[in-house]
Amino acid sequence: MLDIILGVFTDNGLVMAFLVIGITMWLAYLISNKLTKGRIHGSAIAIVLGLVLAYIGGVATDGSKGLSDVSFLAGVGFLGGSMLRDFAIVATSFGANFDEIKKAGFRGIISLFVGVLLSFIVGVIFAFMFGYTDPVDMTTIGAGTVTYIVGPVTGAALGASSEIIAISIAAGLVKSVLVMISTPFVAKYIGLNNPMSAMVFGGLMGTTSGVTGGLAATDPKLVPYGAVTATFYTGLGCLLAPTILFLITDMIF
Amino acid sequence: MVIYGVAILAGCFLVGTVVGEFIGAIMGVDSNVGGVGIAMLLLIIVVDKLIKAGKISKPALDGLSFWNQMYIPVVIAMAASQNVLGALTGGPLAIIAGIAVVIISLACVPLISGKQKEAAITSPTIGGEADA
Repeated sequence: MLDIILGVFTDNGLVMAFLVIGITMWLAYLISNKLTKGRIHGSAIAIVLGLVLAYIGGVATDGSKGLSDVSFLAGVGFLGGSMLRDFAIVATSFGANFDEIKKAGFRGIISLFVGVLLSFIVGVIFAFMFGYTDPVDMTTIGAGTVTYIVGPVTGAALGASSEIIAISIAAGLVKSVLVMISTPFVAKYIGLNNPMSAMVFGGLMGTTSGVTGGLAATDPKLVPYGAVTATFYTGLGCLLAPTILFLITDMIF
Repeated sequence: MVIYGVAILAGCFLVGTVVGEFIGAIMGVDSNVGGVGIAMLLLIIVVDKLIKAGKISKPALDGLSFWNQMYIPVVIAMAASQNVLGALTGGPLAIIAGIAVVIISLACVPLISGKQKEAAITSPTIGGEADA
């Protein structure tokens, strides 16, 4: 009996995901309206619920893909995977104002370089403070604080140990999760209410999942502006970290 | 037809992704460089041209609008498939460095964006109801 039901859920993963995410959002908006009287945006609560589910999934299965490691919920991983995520991000630009993007273009590019450099330096400093003095280790951990993709790419290029690569991925994950959760709460203090600051925010934070999730929870209209810069960040990080940034780190230490 | 809008979106997405992969390959990076960003700019330009020329129907715009509004559910599914356990069990260095980099980067947002008018968000194109 249970086997048949779970079998249907497993075989129809994406459809199952629509249901699970739909219920999650309904619950989140219910909490938002009834418990916080709309003060905390429903999508912010939904994202936190998603992260809690991911944690439960991780504990239950010991896997690395959150809830989607549970076999009959694998469709959630597909719905939230890079293909549909990027497809939906592109769709958010429908309704974005091209003039605003052009106007903020220069500061957006500046924020990209500052963002990668700043994240890298912070990561290297903390790696040093925790006793890592090998330039390869420091660069890999610094790259991890850029994003959790830049970390392993850099580590693999420089031949870092798997333990260091794991730390770099974890640092990037902490960054991404924290950006998702904290953005709606700090938005008003950092002036995150217009296309220009959203683009700068995307360029500085860079983690696509963090930026788009955080902006969605703050004001969905800002998502395309943050996403348009953030999508260049990981690529720029992969370009700079194992090359110029490693050489500089190697020279200093 | 709804599918026309979805097809335009798919076309822009694929062109952007291919260009991003090429940029990555030229730079010698094993990563897609800005593919999604390029696809977004392409979609804005293409849809703007089609609307101005009156060559896109309401159902086709609805196809775009559907995926535009599916964005939040997709982000929640993404959040639910993150390695949260990995983030929390990555040791103190990973957690402290992650927290520090977020705080410092957030503090830099107003420094680079400067003073801006609030809520200057206008949408020139129809549809695009992003609020979910």
